[in-house]
Amino acid sequence: MNYNWDWGILFRDPYAGWILDGLGWTLVISLLAWVIAFTLGSILGVFRTTSSPVLRAIGTCYVELFRNIPILVQLFLWYFVFPELLPDDWGRWVKRDMPAPALTTAIVALGLYTASRVCEQVRSGIEAVGVGQRQAGRAIGMTEPQVYRYILLPNAYRIIIPPLTSEFLTIFKQSSLALTIGVVELTAMTRQIEEYTFQGFEAFTAATIVYSLVTFTVMMLMRILDKRTALPGTFSHGAT
Amino acid sequence: MIEMNAVNKWYGKNFQVLKDCSLKVAKGEVIVVCGPSGSGKSTLIKTVNGLEPINSGDITVDGVSITAKKTNLDKMRSSIGMVFQNFELFPHMNVTDNIKIGQLKVLGRSDEAASEKAAELLERVDLTEHAQKYPSQLSGGQQQRVAIARGLAMEPKAMLFDEPTSALDPEMINEVLDVMVSLAGEGMTMMVVTHEMGFARKVADRVVFMDFGEIVEDAKSDDFFGSPRSARAQEFLSKILNH
Repeated sequence: MNYNWDWGILFRDPYAGWILDGLGWTLVISLLAWVIAFTLGSILGVFRTTSSPVLRAIGTCYVELFRNIPILVQLFLWYFVFPELLPDDWGRWVKRDMPAPALTTAIVALGLYTASRVCEQVRSGIEAVGVGQRQAGRAIGMTEPQVYRYILLPNAYRIIIPPLTSEFLTIFKQSSLALTIGVVELTAMTRQIEEYTFQGFEAFTAATIVYSLVTFTVMMLMRILDKRTALPGTFSHGAT
Repeated sequence: MIEMNAVNKWYGKNFQVLKDCSLKVAKGEVIVVCGPSGSGKSTLIKTVNGLEPINSGDITVDGVSITAKKTNLDKMRSSIGMVFQNFELFPHMNVTDNIKIGQLKVLGRSDEAASEKAAELLERVDLTEHAQKYPSQLSGGQQQRVAIARGLAMEPKAMLFDEPTSALDPEMINEVLDVMVSLAGEGMTMMVVTHEMGFARKVADRVVFMDFGEIVEDAKSDDFFGSPRSARAQEFLSKILNH
């Protein structure tokens, strides 16, 4: 193979800045999408386990809809199809006038999709806490919302820290899909470096390392969280 | 205090768990409910505070119907203590907080008043030195005594016990029964699902025997143990009193 290795490219202006910029956007997409996913997913997860048939149905429909369509298709639907379905003025606003249309769409699409997965984890966590705890809470006179607030959710979240970690790592990696609608996040920046310099190996190696460093950091943080929230006399999930 | 009238409950369409159950528990009375497993005892006791909904019939506690639409079930439940077979202490709270949470969030007591009450009850169930421990750090018997204290903290009009000693190792059964005996002695109205026939004989005013979802016999405890009228109760007693 006739290839001119030049690792120095990664530290040279403007490419080093591009990688950092890309990482910045990747983090923005992942974190904001995670806020949507975690909040909405928690609400829907609660819906799916309440005594109200209407709320349960809403939760189930959401999950079935959003979990069963590939994320890439959802991204395209939100970006290309959804604005066309709106009244003209609104459609134009979504496509062009709202702040950072592509970025916003990527965040919302990824957030809504991941919410369906978080929902299922919250639901399984609540179910794992058990009917007995729910009854014990009701038996001392707590209302259903109080039972969720003080008993079911604090225990459910503890149980699902490991799968939620995976979910965040997934959202972080899936944020690279945003490049398909023109968001210049880390992967897009990497390709741009390749196109400008023809040093694709170095560029993608750098991206790989940056992605890995972030996921590794997240794993470490979550392991600390898992230990911090572990109840005395029980074992936290992460191996020591 | 507790009155059940022709209570019926089905699981699905075909399985009837409770068939025309009627019974009365007067203020200060201790009623033991016994019967073979699957006879509907636990379901019956859980209908009293509405944890298990019923399909027909009526249940009143202290004159208030639990089936009436206008009844505030949450408020009603806070006035009836319940102890579960598997303790069901809240695992993320220490013993004191387990006893305080209902007082704080349901009764709206101040933190001070709730702490004071918790300390008083812990002394009563002889667990003062475990006040700061978590449920998982206690033995089954200790956990169940905390659960009783949690119920008592709400100053209930009646206490329901759903097989309170069934999940315990034999040597821990008595420490729980002792607390229950002393409660009964103080005039607490109690409905107890249990297989502890010694407890029933010693403390219960009446024994209710259930089989296949029906109340087969409802007798003064001396009569029940002396000469049960129904053949099914005789058979049940002969099986469990043999040893």
